[in-house]
Amino acid sequence: MITLDSKVPEGKLSEKWTNHKFNMKLVNPANKRKFDIIVVGTGLAGAGAAATLGELGYKVKAFTFHDSSRRAHSIAAQGGINAAKDYQNDGDSVYRLFYDTIKGGDFRAREANTYRLAEVSNNIIDQCVAQGVPFAREYGGTLANRSFGGAQVSRTFYARGETGQQLLLGAYSSLNRQIKLGNVDMYHRREMLDVVVVDGKAKGITVRNLLTGEVESYTAQAVVLATGGYSNVFFLSTSAMLSNATAAWRAHKKGAAFANPCYTQIHPTCLPQHGEGQSKLVLMSESLRNDGRIWVPNIVGEKRPVSEIPESDRDYYLERRYPSFGNLAPRDISSRSAKYACDEGKGVNGGNSVYLDFADAINRIGEPAVREKYGNLFEMYENITGENPYNVPMQIYPAPHYTMGGLWVDYNLQSSIPGLFVAGEANFSDHGANRLGASALMQGLADGYFVVPYSIGNYFGSEKPEKSDVNGAEFKAAEESVKESTDKMLSINGKQTVDDIHRKLGDLLIDKVGMSRDEAGLKGVIKNISDLREEFWNDVKVVGKAGEINQNLERAGRVADFLELGELMAVDALDRDESCGAHFREEHQTDEGEAVRNDEDFAYVAAWEYEKAGSWKLHKEDLKFESVELATRSYK
Amino acid sequence: MEEHNINLTLKIWRQASATAKGNFEEFKVSVSPHASILEMFDEINNNLEKEGKDPIVFESDCREGICGTCGLVVNGHPHGSKKHTATCQIHMRSFKADETIYVEPFRAAAFPVLKDLMVDRTGLDIVQQAGGYVSVNAGSAPDANAIPIAKEIASLALDAAECIGCGACVAACKNSSAMLFVSAKVSQFALLPQGQAERYERVQNMVIAHDESGFGSCTNTYACEAECPKGISISNIARMNRDYFVSNMKLQE
Repeated sequence: MITLDSKVPEGKLSEKWTNHKFNMKLVNPANKRKFDIIVVGTGLAGAGAAATLGELGYKVKAFTFHDSSRRAHSIAAQGGINAAKDYQNDGDSVYRLFYDTIKGGDFRAREANTYRLAEVSNNIIDQCVAQGVPFAREYGGTLANRSFGGAQVSRTFYARGETGQQLLLGAYSSLNRQIKLGNVDMYHRREMLDVVVVDGKAKGITVRNLLTGEVESYTAQAVVLATGGYSNVFFLSTSAMLSNATAAWRAHKKGAAFANPCYTQIHPTCLPQHGEGQSKLVLMSESLRNDGRIWVPNIVGEKRPVSEIPESDRDYYLERRYPSFGNLAPRDISSRSAKYACDEGKGVNGGNSVYLDFADAINRIGEPAVREKYGNLFEMYENITGENPYNVPMQIYPAPHYTMGGLWVDYNLQSSIPGLFVAGEANFSDHGANRLGASALMQGLADGYFVVPYSIGNYFGSEKPEKSDVNGAEFKAAEESVKESTDKMLSINGKQTVDDIHRKLGDLLIDKVGMSRDEAGLKGVIKNISDLREEFWNDVKVVGKAGEINQNLERAGRVADFLELGELMAVDALDRDESCGAHFREEHQTDEGEAVRNDEDFAYVAAWEYEKAGSWKLHKEDLKFESVELATRSYK
Repeated sequence: MEEHNINLTLKIWRQASATAKGNFEEFKVSVSPHASILEMFDEINNNLEKEGKDPIVFESDCREGICGTCGLVVNGHPHGSKKHTATCQIHMRSFKADETIYVEPFRAAAFPVLKDLMVDRTGLDIVQQAGGYVSVNAGSAPDANAIPIAKEIASLALDAAECIGCGACVAACKNSSAMLFVSAKVSQFALLPQGQAERYERVQNMVIAHDESGFGSCTNTYACEAECPKGISISNIARMNRDYFVSNMKLQE
């Protein structure tokens, strides 16, 4: 039975983290090496945490399923990372970054966590620069900034369109240093398949060695999951091909509550789908909306080529409906607006895409300046579509991108299993019902460099967890259950491939649990997903053997988990009978189509406890807002 | 966008394990010109799985040319013949109907084949672990604007830092040298003020680790630059060589 205690410290919002750091138990330097910590995942949060814990003197074992820790999907983030430096002197502050983030999340995040995120944001930029991350600079040598959606200040730091790559390589370099120093043991090509819980505390993990197929166990006194988000549940998303929810989901089945699974972000600026064989969707950085103008033809069924559509027949719908923020309206609003325009038949050639037009920017600042800012994004667009965006407007459409939901954690980023910490996108904590642009990188590094390293020390200092025997009964049981499930999948020998079933799941989810949801649709889809799960376990075909490199088997395990998670997303979306952020219930909107929240009944975190497949118990963590007033989010 | 599938003959390298003998297997496919080459592989694999046959093992992740996971030799070129693109960014519209395409793994002594098109690139990580960092702990950094860095210097450092660590330079090199890869990291830090304290120790350690990991010597053929998906410049190798020379002098002091 799970009890939720957010452990938010007392005191003024701006003093909570400082006071908490002072009140936390410490582990003396000589004792730190007696503590083993497992970190799963080596993206920004995982590599950041593993490196920093190593620097502090703990014995760290870091795991990735990639061939190298540098491959984690943080690497693909393009646009930037927010911080409240106020280098532009445009009125930014920690409080403003906090407020923008909590408002952007439609007041469904935990106030204290979001404030802490804004508070440590400045340390992150300092740390990255010290590591040698080559951020963009002004001619005077100071750091450059740009703007992102949901903000009216310029607070986003960037490195061309490759900010995620540069930040990850920074974290990777720190991790490498700790590997070299012997503080971190790095395990590649290992996929975590279970968390091992001994006497109620997380004490290790079970992994499959992806080269040999062997099931291996590792023990430690604390486990950190930094395994990313679950957008790939939709089959088509901007996530990397291998991104998955398996580590988080297996932890969930071992007792970690899963929070707000229905908060999934559909990113407004992605490339439209090209056809049936599409394997993933490609994101174009939101930073493009600084200079690109989004529009659709005014006329349903417009057939003229774009160059022949006069200004008077164009609808710059974001600028029209949200004059203050214009093309920089938050992601959820921008995505939904694009969907409505296309649903009305005003999409490009009547299909599912809208224009993102740089003609005005090119006239205003010239093509070289546009190239300087967005050159690699324009190249990428041209390479994929075969069209030159300097001459014709880009075509874009929303795609599943980021998941605000994730494993429930308290203020210390500890899940409902003591000793199991969750960092980065894998947890639910900081973005509420919608994440603002350039905040994912910020959260990953905040958790990894500046939060988990403190809170794990506090756990060790106060709980003093013992080491567990890797040959103990709990470890053996976890290994057995992994082997059993593997053998089962290999033995079904049905007619449908793993991808066939995954595509079906994706179609169901994007249709009924995508950009807009309603009661009837959700009720129906819960049944459909449950049936599809049956289909999987009776009719899937997984080839090859367990004891070898078997990518088919790897995908099968991930899809099996997606089939359970997908159902919980729908269950959660049905429970949340309000519209907020990225969760839009058709039943709750204004006449103008804006989301209507219900703070009276739904200002809570929905944390789901796993009972059995298809059955969960809801626990509610009430959100208390002490510093901000709950307002109707307006970007008009 | 007109949709006409194109017919192609594929010769794909199959190899059961590191020690097994490999061979080309032929596939006849009809594919959308808008599909990427890896999407074509997905489709082939889906069909193989349906027939209960082992799918072709290849690696890929981001499919946006940034993670460095994918790496196939297409018609003799690492990442195909188009400049500045990774394998995942090859689109089928760049092939002619009825063309025969050869697909092989990266070939280098330091990159043993694990299965089919999947190779072991652990050596690249070992080189980075030898010195590809600035020794700074979290929490000890001064304000980010405390040290101004000229825009063009930051830009040159970023040019070098864009290396995606795919190993195409090694596969392209007749000596299987990873010098372009090493020099990119050495250059990034040699250019920036943050990298100065460990500048010469770093280049020594990384070059030694490079040689010990089984990569060959650089003999200035420049095939690496020609095939690099990120267009990393061989001028980085020149910069590294200068630093390496200086570091040897310093060692003798």
